[in-house]
Amino acid sequence: MMQRQEQIQQQLDAVGYVAAPQLAMAIAMMDQLQRPLLLEGDAGVGKTQVAKSLSEATGRRLIRLQCYEGLDSSNAIYEWNYQRQILAIKLLESADMDMADKESHIFDDEFLLKRPLLEAIMLDEPPILLIDEIDRADEEFEAFLLEILSDFQITIPELRTIKAKSIPSVILTSNGTRELSDALRRRCLYHHLDYPGESTEIRIVLAHYPDIEIALASQIVRFVQAVRREDLQKNPGVAETLDWAGALIGLDIKDINHDLELLHQTLMCLLKTRADHEAMAPEIIERIVGKVA
Amino acid sequence: MANPTVVDFGQPARGETEPRIVTRVSRFARVLRDNGFLVGLQETSDALQGLAGIDILDKREMRCVLRCALSSNKRDWVKFDKLFDAYWLGRGARRSRIASSGAMQTRTRERDSGGQTSRPSSPIEDYLKRIKGGGNDGAETASGEGRHAGASAAENIADVDIARIVEPERMDELVDLAERLAARIRFRLSRRRRLDRRGRQIDIRRTLHSSVSTGGTPIRLFRRRRRKKPFKLVIFLDVSGSMDQYSRFFMRFIHLLLGAFRSADAFIFHTRLVEVSTVLKERNPEKMMERLALIVQGWSGGTRIGESLAIFNRDHARRVMTSRTLVMIVSDGFDTGAPEKLAGEMARLQRRAKRIIWLNPLLGSQGYEPRSAGMAAALPYIDLFAPAHNLSSLAALEPELARI
Repeated sequence: MMQRQEQIQQQLDAVGYVAAPQLAMAIAMMDQLQRPLLLEGDAGVGKTQVAKSLSEATGRRLIRLQCYEGLDSSNAIYEWNYQRQILAIKLLESADMDMADKESHIFDDEFLLKRPLLEAIMLDEPPILLIDEIDRADEEFEAFLLEILSDFQITIPELRTIKAKSIPSVILTSNGTRELSDALRRRCLYHHLDYPGESTEIRIVLAHYPDIEIALASQIVRFVQAVRREDLQKNPGVAETLDWAGALIGLDIKDINHDLELLHQTLMCLLKTRADHEAMAPEIIERIVGKVA
Repeated sequence: MANPTVVDFGQPARGETEPRIVTRVSRFARVLRDNGFLVGLQETSDALQGLAGIDILDKREMRCVLRCALSSNKRDWVKFDKLFDAYWLGRGARRSRIASSGAMQTRTRERDSGGQTSRPSSPIEDYLKRIKGGGNDGAETASGEGRHAGASAAENIADVDIARIVEPERMDELVDLAERLAARIRFRLSRRRRLDRRGRQIDIRRTLHSSVSTGGTPIRLFRRRRRKKPFKLVIFLDVSGSMDQYSRFFMRFIHLLLGAFRSADAFIFHTRLVEVSTVLKERNPEKMMERLALIVQGWSGGTRIGESLAIFNRDHARRVMTSRTLVMIVSDGFDTGAPEKLAGEMARLQRRAKRIIWLNPLLGSQGYEPRSAGMAAALPYIDLFAPAHNLSSLAALEPELARI
């Protein structure tokens, strides 16, 4: 598994995701033990991106279930296509078939709408199943999920019990807006993702903008990291760092010290609320630039 | 479905029943458990399986594997390194100190009176033991020293007036129970729609589904109750001198409630109002209390409830209140401001809130009637006026909340 860990790091690196050894180990364990991996951390640290990058790097299909309040099994697992079924019934009314045949025709795979969780277990090649923001769903849904993650089979009463053709790699993400149940936490391997360190984040910027000057990348990262230490309502995540870098490159800014007013205008990439904009007054910007440039 | 692989660590050494590494990992798991980690047989087995794939002499790799398999949340994640260092590398706190100090953590586990080794008894068992056991249970903290100051050890902690709880261990006990109460309250307030034969709305999905068996014609109509949107909770906590004994506990309780609610806001007030929602989202309770203490430093003078609510109504209400907001005010009602002001602000608050609950620790004292001008002025605008001097009174709230 050690090789697997290094291999994962390299694969992710190749698609622009810089993963720490601990994270690579967590992914390796997820595959080897066939347990789901729970990734927790603030918004914007790159939890969802891990799954996307992993899919890109390994060529495995990514199946995504975005959780929200009120998500239930008919949206997440399966649902019968009632409209088509009723049509079929009407059409069959005049057909010369006996009841049992008619019924098995109605309750057939073709009328089954496969939602992400069912789809994820019916593939020949094991996909990556991303269950995003599980903390937005409620406890009732967690219970459904637990059952599926334990047995990897789904029972459809009118049809049959569907056993997994392949076991997907399951990544759950959570922003920590509510406490997840103990049962779910015990079921999963765990990894807490923090904002990247300075050198890591610089590598991420370089990976996305290969032509950027290292000095500028360094200024950008140090500025954003300083901003994160201010008590903002919404901390800028890694995606925001990359957006801002892109903006600066587009405006041909080589040194953030150069034109503070212009710089201030570009900060919409980092500051996402009115209160934050107000909190980051020009004097504060100037102070931070002075420290990092 | 993959069967858990049988991990082969080689033959056990002579005289032992299992390979050394298995014993060591199991013992480490127990240390973690004593420190509040959720670690059972399955997690230990995962850890061993993970270790099978690496070089167990490489402590860095081992740390990664164990951390991933045995942590369940951020608190564990952060604590892990110290415990790993102490156990596997012999650094830092001595092992024996970890085990016993760990036992005094919030999730205290009582040792079986039969003298068995610490099987972590479930919190429900603890609670039942305490109700039934009477005499000794409360007195025996895990460190074995009896404590009798303050609340009598025999009393059910849930019935003890919060103001009388002095020892930290008893407070921890209380917080433990409060945690479960908070979870139940949250469950009450977030129930989904339920199938209801007499409901007003027709449940299309179930009706259609059932119509398939009647030839596509919806003969049976299924109804459901209109789905209630979940509540948003806004809490106001009085932190003035007279509430001092209670506000410490209530801050912990609110901390737990907020952890369970997705969208909840908290404010503290005395002479004025301050929002503390972000502080209360801090996972670490000690840090949270520190931060709160810093905020209230330097506040003095008489309580001004009316003024504080005015600040809320003016600056925060628009942002924070939705059509299904439940307002909870925790205060003894002593107010040095004008009662008319308080009444006016309560009226404005009531227009926006679905329900207003006022929890008053004084209601627990017999013979108390809300005669103080402030409390009397606020009374007409309150939907639920309840005592809040001990955990039992809070627990009694739970069914009330279901009716709201």
